[in-house]
Amino acid sequence: MSDSHSQSPSYMTIFWYLAILTAAEVGVTFMPLAPVPMGALLVGMALGKACLVALYFMHLKFERTTLSLIAVTPMLICVFLTVMLYPDITWSWRP
Amino acid sequence: MSQATAHAEPAESPLTPESWGKLGMWIFLAGDAMSFGVLLASYGALRFASPNWPDPNHTLGITLTAFMTFVLICSSVTMVKALDGAKRGDLPALKRFLNLTILGGAFFLGCQAFEWNHLIHGEHMTLLASPFHGHSYDPLFGVTFYILTGFHGCHVLGGVIYLTCVRLNAAKYVGGQGPNGVEVLGLYWHFVDLVWILVFTFVYLLPPLHPHL
Repeated sequence: MSDSHSQSPSYMTIFWYLAILTAAEVGVTFMPLAPVPMGALLVGMALGKACLVALYFMHLKFERTTLSLIAVTPMLICVFLTVMLYPDITWSWRP
Repeated sequence: MSQATAHAEPAESPLTPESWGKLGMWIFLAGDAMSFGVLLASYGALRFASPNWPDPNHTLGITLTAFMTFVLICSSVTMVKALDGAKRGDLPALKRFLNLTILGGAFFLGCQAFEWNHLIHGEHMTLLASPFHGHSYDPLFGVTFYILTGFHGCHVLGGVIYLTCVRLNAAKYVGGQGPNGVEVLGLYWHFVDLVWILVFTFVYLLPPLHPHL
């Protein structure tokens, strides 16, 4: 476990990644992009930041796989819920 | 009796050998993630089904909230530094970094109170109306905003109280009890940070995606 820690980036490195990604997110909102690519970029960066916090600050990278499964399960259920809500969302998009 | 012991099945090793409290916190956080997940999913469904949803970037303003996000990220760093201090048995470092984390959380709450005050008294955005720049938008904009940011704010407030309790008993975590209590607290605090990263993106940054807008 200590070996894995020594090979991992330092907390300050993760901090800089998070800070730069936050600045990039704000920057993207000022770019002349179509809503869908802009939304995809923003969600991608937010998920990247969330993964960095979970893996390094919450030490999930260094824990047992079963603990990661406990953490990932709610995310999968929420993705399923969003997919189930999709017909309700698109219903109002009819002309 | 010795024969019974010899044939006993070996005990299953715990998921978190350091403490059961850590496993308990992970299970609590998995449940809490479902609460936030459901709120965010239903927010998305209401938002993208509405043809009268404002562009949050222009109505809410993101300068202050981007700064709040930065402060929360900084407080996560001070939290891991506090845990490092506890693991090294360095009581002054543990106290110093816990103080900074509490300060970050309290500052975040102050900024949120300022923002809510501006939206309620300045923009007159309530649970029943979302008027911005002379246009009346879908009232669900206001309801979902207050519920999502309010629920997260309650978590930050709970975190600041939890941090204060640990700070007041800091000596215990470098002495007899060990640093596990600080690690469990850290899990909660980082989760609050992680959720805000998602709330910030979904509520403040995403552009209107309804095809009729």
